[in-house]
Amino acid sequence: MLNRAYVSDKAARYLLWASAAAVTLTIVAILIFVGKEGLLTFADVNPFAFFFSPEWDPPQGHFGALPFFVGSITATLIALLLGGPLGLACAIFMAKVSPGWMRSVMRQASNLFVGIPSVVYGYIGMTVLVPWSRETFGGQGVGVLVAGMILAVMILPTITTVAEDAIRDVPGPLEEGALGLGATRWQTIWGVLLPAARPRILAGVILAFARAFGETTAVQMVIGNAPRLVPGLTSGTSTLTSQIIMEMGQTPPGSPWNRALFMMAFGLVVNSMLMILLVRWVSNRGVAK
Amino acid sequence: MSRARVFDRLATLLLWAAGLGTLVILAAFLIRILGQGLPYITWDFLTTRSQAMKAGGGVGSQLFNTFYLTGLSLLFSLPIGVGAGVYMAEYAKPGRFTDLVRLSVEALASVPSIVLGLFGMILFVNTMGWGFTIIGGALTLSLLNLPTLVRVTEETMRSVPAIYREGSLALGATRWQTVSKAVLPSALPGILTGVTLVAGRAIGETAILIYTAGVTASRHMGDLNLFNAGETLAVRIWYVKSEGLVPDADAIAAGTSALLLIVVLVFNLALALPLYLWQKKRMGR
Repeated sequence: MLNRAYVSDKAARYLLWASAAAVTLTIVAILIFVGKEGLLTFADVNPFAFFFSPEWDPPQGHFGALPFFVGSITATLIALLLGGPLGLACAIFMAKVSPGWMRSVMRQASNLFVGIPSVVYGYIGMTVLVPWSRETFGGQGVGVLVAGMILAVMILPTITTVAEDAIRDVPGPLEEGALGLGATRWQTIWGVLLPAARPRILAGVILAFARAFGETTAVQMVIGNAPRLVPGLTSGTSTLTSQIIMEMGQTPPGSPWNRALFMMAFGLVVNSMLMILLVRWVSNRGVAK
Repeated sequence: MSRARVFDRLATLLLWAAGLGTLVILAAFLIRILGQGLPYITWDFLTTRSQAMKAGGGVGSQLFNTFYLTGLSLLFSLPIGVGAGVYMAEYAKPGRFTDLVRLSVEALASVPSIVLGLFGMILFVNTMGWGFTIIGGALTLSLLNLPTLVRVTEETMRSVPAIYREGSLALGATRWQTVSKAVLPSALPGILTGVTLVAGRAIGETAILIYTAGVTASRHMGDLNLFNAGETLAVRIWYVKSEGLVPDADAIAAGTSALLLIVVLVFNLALALPLYLWQKKRMGR
């Protein structure tokens, strides 16, 4: 019997399936469009020069993107170095040490950190941290140090949330066993909880890496935007994202310069895909032995 | 006291310091943003249009565009995002297609927003030939919303007890009647939380919009024309601080930062409070 309920049931099934397929279609389209535009760079530019030459001077035909790869990686590593331990400490604190009221305060704080737009982070970096760094370390003030500091604050909620859940989800008997054997709370955390939660904490750190690597506006506002290999912690340099946002507007579509910027964008996509696969691999390696 | 105990005390102390330190960082940010910016937020600032070269311009059009673009992006992404989430929770069987969609959602969520912006630029600005438009910006922005909406919808739908479905199916309802009338209403609060999350991010987004919606705003307040360029508050801050020529860039950036923060906070509260009360009422029954 073909009644209305049956027909709308069929229609809904197809529509919902189409929505799911649309998500896949979108990511495939992004890979194809950005990838095609980017790979066309190599019609005019030597791939080896693109990845390994430090000289970026597009009007003169030099398309060495090495400084931007190095800039992105350096700023991100500084962010992890500063934000990682602090985020993990906050996670341990919230999961095992903090009283309940303090935990809800910390949760709200974490939501607020997420809610602050990246351009506002960049603005604070520009008006507070850059002058501070100039006075403290001399030089220009802008550069990978301030960029790393701002990124560290931005990735804090990611690391804290993921690590707190991971620590909280460690089976109770493991913890009780350690405490029952006379271990102190810190010995239990360090010797039992953290090793058991390690795969998921690592996954959180990788997610944070991906987020910091792709951050654009906040970094662009404090990095100095000088297309050269990182000269020091507090001298101007540039990253993949900041260079794209600075120069995309002044390059005609289809020019080698424009395509080189798309190739850098494609590098960002490839990096985030690798990070996802890494997260999957890390989380599948199981819990503590 | 044994060494282990000393270490334990020390660790507790350090962990408290980390927690309190984080709160201090946040407080410093908030005080700085609001303290610097609030004095500039006047009625004129909120309602007049911006100036390209002269001092004294407001951010009226940008304030409007921020809500307009965020609203439109939700309009585009909600049906597909929730649809895909419902599919993954209620219809998908384990297999290749399901794995592929799940990987796609994760991949889309991890694509940096600048790349989404460039994709939107190729598609809407260059290929369609629209130039910088509100519609192009909103469509690209919806790509940012999509993966979060799918994930939140799927998770909330899964947390609805199976007995809801069994009851409905046993009464002879079709799958779609069951999903739309029994499961979806119970999942609604969770989905709305996801919408708040997504909208908060969309309100503050810059990298996607600079090369899709552009860095200029209509000279008419509340202009609904979808094919105008549509600078938002967040883009305005970026523009005056990195490329703009207005002499009062610092004042505009400070005022707009404070305004943007207030908008995000009010928006979160405006949606979170009714939700909280509604859930409390449901639990009370």
